[in-house]
Amino acid sequence: MTLKDWFDNKKKKSSLNTDPKIADEDLYKLWTKCYNCNASIPTKDLEKNEMVCPNCNYHFRINAKTRIKQIVDEGTFEEINSNIKPSDPLHFVDSISYSERQKAAQENTGLNDAVITGFAKINNEETALAVMDFEYMGGSMGSVVGEKIALLIEQAIAKRLPVVVFTASGGARMQESVLSLMQMAKTSCAVAKMNEEKLLYITVLTEPTFGGVTASFGTLGDIIIAEQGARIGFAGKRVIEQTIKQKLPAGFQTAEYLMKFGQIDILSHRKDLKDTISKLLKLHKKAGL
Amino acid sequence: MDKQFTPLEFEIPLYQIRDKIQELKNLSDSSGIDLKDQIETLEQQAKEYSESLYANLKPAQKLQITRHPMRPNFSDYVEFMTEDFIEMHGDRCGTDDRAIMGGVCYIDGRPVMLIGTVKGKNTKENLTCNFGMPQPEGYRKALRLFYHAERFNLPIVTLIDTMGAYPGIKAEETGQGIAIAENLKEMAKLTVPIIAVITGEGCSGGALGLAVANKVYMLEHAYYTVISPEACSSILYRSADKAAEAAEALKITSKDLLELDVIDGEIKEPLGGAHYDPELTASNLKSTIIKALDELSSKSGQELKDERYGKFRHMGIFQN
Repeated sequence: MTLKDWFDNKKKKSSLNTDPKIADEDLYKLWTKCYNCNASIPTKDLEKNEMVCPNCNYHFRINAKTRIKQIVDEGTFEEINSNIKPSDPLHFVDSISYSERQKAAQENTGLNDAVITGFAKINNEETALAVMDFEYMGGSMGSVVGEKIALLIEQAIAKRLPVVVFTASGGARMQESVLSLMQMAKTSCAVAKMNEEKLLYITVLTEPTFGGVTASFGTLGDIIIAEQGARIGFAGKRVIEQTIKQKLPAGFQTAEYLMKFGQIDILSHRKDLKDTISKLLKLHKKAGL
Repeated sequence: MDKQFTPLEFEIPLYQIRDKIQELKNLSDSSGIDLKDQIETLEQQAKEYSESLYANLKPAQKLQITRHPMRPNFSDYVEFMTEDFIEMHGDRCGTDDRAIMGGVCYIDGRPVMLIGTVKGKNTKENLTCNFGMPQPEGYRKALRLFYHAERFNLPIVTLIDTMGAYPGIKAEETGQGIAIAENLKEMAKLTVPIIAVITGEGCSGGALGLAVANKVYMLEHAYYTVISPEACSSILYRSADKAAEAAEALKITSKDLLELDVIDGEIKEPLGGAHYDPELTASNLKSTIIKALDELSSKSGQELKDERYGKFRHMGIFQN
């Protein structure tokens, strides 16, 4: 699946959500159809189950705010650098201008860009935390995402805290061209500093994680966790198909597939993430210098 | 630019003037008629025309020069720029990716670790080096050579000309993303000077995986971008034929990147592009590298590392 497909899907979804022709919007909200098994699930049950289908275990995509609610101890999250906003350095225009895309994304998500960063406690373990949001321009990484990740790591180093990053991204943000490419270098350099400081860096790859994020801070975790069912890769599925002119194997580029090929440390159900992460934080803290 | 190639589309008028000159010369030789004045006028015309043509190329036209099948490749630069190159093969984990080559050599008498992506000049060569698209194993070979350079205090020079890291099934299974990411991170830790030159195509993470350097240069007609104009066109413009527009919008030329402060300098190419004179291109490249080596060699390892960190740390434009 390429970025275009994601945008298409997103469009479909959002038009479904806001379609005035849906007669009984309340009814629509009460039930959610599982993309995987087609079961209609009471939305309340789905939310209670952390947006995982109780029927087939399909993990619905969740936005950054929902993720933070699920992962951190209530009331402990303190956001930092929320004031950093994107600009349009290349004055990039395709079918619409980059500035317009930003505006639409900001209105849709209530975020300034595709990542939220801050400090929090996870089962009482203190950590720096970054959570990407796929709803903001496909979670793409431009200057703001790069800057906020680098700042978070630097501030974590100053406080001698570990860093946990949840990725969800189609890759680098085309509208910032080479500047977004450079964010891969920038974030990776910051992780290098963490390595040298011997501070723990955990990445959690969630649906979907591709391109520039996979090829930089996303897969640089001392420990890499992938959420069940998440699609993770470097190149998009369609690019690969077009290049090799073959059908791709079943389950290609899923978390389970990567696990089989030794690319990740831990394959996790969404419900187990919080416990797993806090246990890892605790153990490494105890062993720490 | 005496060499003749099949002209690129925008070079056709220039080649026509040249053909005319040749015709007149032949006529003059065979008939004995003195056509010196006409020939000189035409030659002057050809000179002026070509100078303005190549100085005002659109990004899409530069792309054609950069992708010219006879553009000098890694082996040319080794031949024209280095002495005693000894190739070091393999990732020591089962593979010797031929899309990335590396080894030790001298550049102007200085010991250097030279690593680069490799493109072929014909189908056979290109099948061997996978059209210059490395697998994860190629990046891991490069990483092994980075560590060697670090241990033996060898400055690292990388030459980059790639459409990108290879998008394939096996590449995903063996961690293309991870291999590139590791290189970015580990290059940040090295205490030897690193000089990277985009000699042709500098496409995406596949190029950056060798380019976290103290000094980054581009050849005049090279390009450096997060995504190829063709891919950008099909994703953002929903059509494969808007690549020329995408190439403009993406700001991919050496001039653009100098303005954005992403590169440290542009290296001149011979008129018409590097393929018209690989030796001169290599010589321009060599003097830039020597100058950079001289500048960087006076710095301590910690300084080199700090400066490299600072360089990439400050990249990006946003509102605060």
